[in-house]
Amino acid sequence: MLTYTIRRLILAIPTLLFISFIIFLIVKLSPSDPTAGLPLTIPPEVREQIRQSLGVNDPILIQYFKWLKLMMWDEPLHLIEGWTGWNVAPEGGARIISYQTRSPVMDLIIQRMPQTLWVVGTSYIVGILIALPLGIISAYKQYSIFDQVGTFISMVGFSVPTFFTGVLFIVIFAVNLGWFPSVYNTTHVVTDWDSFVVQLKQIIMPVMVLGLYNASQISRYMRASMLDNLNQDYVRTARAKGLNEKVVVLVHVLRNSMIPVVTVIALNIPAVFGGAIITEQVFKVNGIGQLLIIAIQGGDVPVVQTVSFIFAVLIVLFNLLADVLYGVLDPRIRYD
Amino acid sequence: MPDGATPFVLDVKDLKTVFRTRGGEVHAVNDVSFTLKPGELLGVVGESGSGKSVTMMSLIRLLPMPPAEIRGGSVMFEGQDLAKVPEDTMRAIRGARIGMVFQDPMTSLNPVFTVGYQIMEPLRTHMGLNKAQAANRAVELMELVGINDARRRLDDYPHQFSGGMRQRVMIAIALACDPKVLIADEPTTALDVTIQAQILELIKDLRQKLGMAIVWITHDLGVIAGIADRVMVMYGGQVVEQAPVRELFANPQHPYTRMLLETVPRITGERSEKLRVIEGQPPMLSKAPESCPFRARCPQAFDRCASQNPARFDVGPSHDAACFWDFKTGAPRHV
Repeated sequence: MLTYTIRRLILAIPTLLFISFIIFLIVKLSPSDPTAGLPLTIPPEVREQIRQSLGVNDPILIQYFKWLKLMMWDEPLHLIEGWTGWNVAPEGGARIISYQTRSPVMDLIIQRMPQTLWVVGTSYIVGILIALPLGIISAYKQYSIFDQVGTFISMVGFSVPTFFTGVLFIVIFAVNLGWFPSVYNTTHVVTDWDSFVVQLKQIIMPVMVLGLYNASQISRYMRASMLDNLNQDYVRTARAKGLNEKVVVLVHVLRNSMIPVVTVIALNIPAVFGGAIITEQVFKVNGIGQLLIIAIQGGDVPVVQTVSFIFAVLIVLFNLLADVLYGVLDPRIRYD
Repeated sequence: MPDGATPFVLDVKDLKTVFRTRGGEVHAVNDVSFTLKPGELLGVVGESGSGKSVTMMSLIRLLPMPPAEIRGGSVMFEGQDLAKVPEDTMRAIRGARIGMVFQDPMTSLNPVFTVGYQIMEPLRTHMGLNKAQAANRAVELMELVGINDARRRLDDYPHQFSGGMRQRVMIAIALACDPKVLIADEPTTALDVTIQAQILELIKDLRQKLGMAIVWITHDLGVIAGIADRVMVMYGGQVVEQAPVRELFANPQHPYTRMLLETVPRITGERSEKLRVIEGQPPMLSKAPESCPFRARCPQAFDRCASQNPARFDVGPSHDAACFWDFKTGAPRHV
C-alpha cells in the first residue's frame, strides 16, 4: 500500500504540471488588462511601464515558467516559514503578487482559508453526520414513512441549489424571524460563552445550507449502498449465526456499505470548496470562494491562477486519498 | 430419552408459511410435518420452488418478516416451540443449537472480515469465549473441516480461499457451537464435482464424529442416495412422500417421486435416448391448495385429485405418500 501511495504521489506531479499549464493558459487567454482597474488619468506610457514591470509582455512560456517556479518552489517555502518559523524562504525573493492588493497571493489565501475551512468544514461534517444515519435507517426500513420522507427531502435538497436555499433561509430566519444574522462576521473572536453563542448563531445558517445539500447527496449514496448490501447472502449468514440485528446491520452490512460512500465523501471534498463559493457570496463569508470571485471580477490573474491551481491540487490529492481508502476498506483490493 | 419425552430433536407439525406480496399471497409452505431423530440425516428433495428451502428457513425464522409470515404449526426443538418463542430466544438457538450452511460459498461469507473473525463471531456471541479462546477454537474447527495451516489462515480474507475451502469455512462456522441440528441448504450445488465429493465426505465424516442430526436440502438425487438415511420429497410447498432412503429409491409410491427418479440420466443403455423430463410447470401457490398440486402433470390423476388434496397415507414401514393412487394395487385408494 505504501509503495502504491508513493507511486501515485509521483504520478501526481506530471498531472499537476499539466493542469497548471492549462490553468495558466486559460486564464492568460482571457482579455483582461491588469491596469484596467487603475484611474483613467494615468497616461498610456505609464500604463505600458506598469505592464512591463508586471511582466505581462514577456513571451507566454517565460511567464508560465516564472509563475511555475514561484508556485512550486518559492511559495511553498514561504508557506513553511509562515507555519514553522524556520528561516527557509529566500530573503526578498519574488512572490506571486496580486494585481489588486499588491500583496503576495499566498498571504491572501492564508488569511481567507480559516473562514472557508470553518464554514465549509463544519458543514461537511454536519452533512455526513446527518447523511449516514439517514441513509442507514432509510435503507433498513425501505418504503417506510421515514424512508419516503427522507428520500423526498434528500431529493429536494439535492435538486435545489444552495444560492436558493441560502436566500430562503435568510428570508425566513434572518428577516422574518430574526433568529440569526444574515451576514457572517469573520472578525468576530470567540473569547467566552456569550461570544461563542454569537459565533454559533452566525455560523448556523451557512452550515445548514451547505450541510443539508451535502447530506442529501451523501444520504442517497448511503441508502443505495446499504440496500445493495442488505440483500447479500452474507447478511443471511450473519443472521444464521444468531447475531442480533444491530451487529448484523451496523457491523456486517455497514462495513461493506461504507466502501463506496467513503470514496464519494473523499472525492467530494474539493468539490465542496468549489460549491462553497456561492454560499460564501450569499452569506458574505470572506473565504477563498469570495477571494476568487473578487479576483475574477477585477481581472486579478495571479490570484485566479493560484486559487484554481490549489483547487486542482486538492482534487488530485483527494482522488488519491479516495483510492487509498478504497484499498484500506476493501481487502479484495490490494494495489501492491 | 435424555432430553424430554420426545425421541426427536426436531418435530415439525403442520408448518404453514405465507408470503404477502403486492400481487397477493404466496402459500410457500403448506402444512409441512416431519421429524428428525438424533444423528439422523434427512434428505429433502424437490424441484426449484417446491418449498424445500423456505420450509427450513421458516422453521429457524430466517425469512424476512414481512413479507413472510408463519401462519400456523409448531416446531418443537429442545422442549420449545420455535414458531412461538421470542426473537432473542430464537437468536440464541440460531448459530448455537442449529447451524446452517448455504448454497453459494462465494457470497455467503462477508468479504471485508477475516475468516478467523467470522468463525469466532458465533463462539464469542453464544459461548462467551474471549478472543484468545475463540481463536484457539476457530483453529480447531478449521482443522476439523480440513483446512491446512489453520493458525496462519485465520487472518486471511474469504477471497483468498477457493470455493471448496470457503464452503469448509461455512461448515466450520455452522459447527462452531456444536449444534444439535445442521441445516445444509444445497451446500454442494455451487461446487464442481470433485469438490462436491470432498464436501460430502467431510459431512459424512463430521456426522460420525459429532453425532448431530442433519437436514440436507438438494435437488440432486445422486447426492441424496449417497448420504441420506431418510428422504422427504416436496412439491408445491407440501411433503408428497417420505421414506427411508433405500425404500424410496426401490419403491417410490408417489407419481412425482417416480417421475423424478426417471429423470436421472443412466450411464448404461442407449446413448441416443433423450433425457426424460416432467412435462408442465410447478403450480402457482397463490392460494392454499384444495386439490392435489401435482395433478396437472400427473399421469395417474383422476377426478378425486381435482376436488381434494390427498393427506399423507402410510404405504409401508415408516413410508408415507400423499397420493390417492395406490401403486401396489394399481387402483385408487379407498380411504
